[in-house]
Amino acid sequence: MDYYLQILLIVGIFITLTLSLNLINGYCGQFSLGHAGFWGAGAYASAIYSSFYALPVSTPINMAIACLVGFLAAALCGIIIGVPCLRLKGDYLAIATLGFGEIVRIIIMNTELVGGPRGFINIPHWANIYWIYAVALVVIVFMINLKRSTYGRAIISIREDEIAAENMGVNLFRYKLFSFIVGAGIAGVAGALFAHTQQFLHPSNFNFMWSVIILVMVILGGQGSVTGSVIGAIVLTIFPEVLRFIGGHASDWRMPIYSVLLIVLMLARPQGIFGAHEFSLSKGRKS
Amino acid sequence: MSEDTIYFLWDCLQYLINGISQGSLYALVALGYTMVYGIIRLVNFAHGEFLMIGAMCGYYVLKANLPMPIAILAAMLSAGTIAVIVERLVYRPIRKSGRVPALITAIGTSLFFEYSGQLVFGADPKTIPPFIAEKIYNFGDVNVSNIQLAIFAITIFVLLFLWWLTHFTKIGKAMRATSFNLQAAELMGINTNKIISFTFFLGASIAGLGGMLMGYTMSIEPLMGLNLGIKAFVAAVVGGIGVIPGAALGGFIIGIAENMVAGLYKSSYRDGVSFFILILILLLKPSGILGKNVKEKV
Repeated sequence: MDYYLQILLIVGIFITLTLSLNLINGYCGQFSLGHAGFWGAGAYASAIYSSFYALPVSTPINMAIACLVGFLAAALCGIIIGVPCLRLKGDYLAIATLGFGEIVRIIIMNTELVGGPRGFINIPHWANIYWIYAVALVVIVFMINLKRSTYGRAIISIREDEIAAENMGVNLFRYKLFSFIVGAGIAGVAGALFAHTQQFLHPSNFNFMWSVIILVMVILGGQGSVTGSVIGAIVLTIFPEVLRFIGGHASDWRMPIYSVLLIVLMLARPQGIFGAHEFSLSKGRKS
Repeated sequence: MSEDTIYFLWDCLQYLINGISQGSLYALVALGYTMVYGIIRLVNFAHGEFLMIGAMCGYYVLKANLPMPIAILAAMLSAGTIAVIVERLVYRPIRKSGRVPALITAIGTSLFFEYSGQLVFGADPKTIPPFIAEKIYNFGDVNVSNIQLAIFAITIFVLLFLWWLTHFTKIGKAMRATSFNLQAAELMGINTNKIISFTFFLGASIAGLGGMLMGYTMSIEPLMGLNLGIKAFVAAVVGGIGVIPGAALGGFIIGIAENMVAGLYKSSYRDGVSFFILILILLLKPSGILGKNVKEKV
């Protein structure tokens, strides 16, 4: 049973992470390859709070503070990387964020306070599955509402055409930075939840490969689609586990099969499963 | 000067020499990245995996008791062939879908080769013997091995070869035309698909060569491509992506900086310094040291 619970926990955390990257990548069109860096910064910052500076209040309040610490730490990283790098475009921004994500990991590796390469142990078990899904739900509602708000429409206009958006009076830098900071901050909250359910953090949890996996979830679901992100996160977390269950050769070859499926899906449907649309019961309504 | 200062300078010189030797290897891998990017604007994440496949093939050829030159040739040919197959099956159909799907596909290809490599070759690290018998020369307090000199010489030779190829042969001129403007090159009667395949073959076979030379410094394993690929890519961007001499310059800069930091400060920051340089360069001159500035048009 623990195994299924663990998968459910990871699915919930990845839903939050995918939605946060969807804000940067799907809504705003800024290609970021360093999302695991924000996730890691939030996880480690909140774990430092709970292990060394925890206040004498009840556990739920403390967990809320830990989430806030994670949010602030990751958002601060978002400002540090966003202010200088957001004038870069496309591939160059992707590489700069990739470099940033790796730098976060290397700094963690070299910090003795958080265990360095041995990992951070004995983090209190404050969060549980209800926390994770409550946060995921809040983020889903926030993202859907953001998409229909003035801010959201301005951000989406940047994705569609930067020059045209600028001509219409959209302050490019401000909206790009907004999506970067909020996206990073939400990834930090996901990190705080991850730290307080797993109770153990290791720098290799936050390497480049995980940034790629989160990005693939966004792209597979469809950039800019909330439902797409949620489904991308669920499918791509559960799929390798299903292959594990089939056993025999499928179990050995599950990672190659996973990558082949990714390639085939990109060839067949480059815009992702949902494209930019939302799944909705009333047909024909686009948001 | 005090004795400490003199020792410090000797140390620096030693790290510089080690750095140039390692930078040559980065440069060899970065060349393939930069050529492919120059021609189809694709960040080929699977490039490090081509290197791994080349090195693995070379390892098995050596295990069959064949001489070193044949192993190097086998490494280059196998890496090149795999690259052409991948280009034909995966990258060509995705090219028209835009850059983000192409990038994701490249990442998928890279994952595929890494994990299949673990199943086919086994996850254990393997060692390739150095390609010539090692001899160490001493100059004062600095040691230089003939292998380091040979790696540097081979890199310079490859660079000169590429310069000759792109400037004085028909296919090289076609490559430059294709990278300048793909549609226009096509209209001029250049078979661009063939040129792109050739570029992939050339870049990957140079990576295969780099993989074989690496036996001197590191063991080979299926996951080696990822880290090496990222560093070579950083080198390509620092030098100016799409520019062939830029890739070599970037490779040397990254190699020297890594060895300096590892030697003089802390070896655990070795991987961090290349990314630090990367971000610095991107902020100061996003197109890279030797890159051309492209004006944006509406």
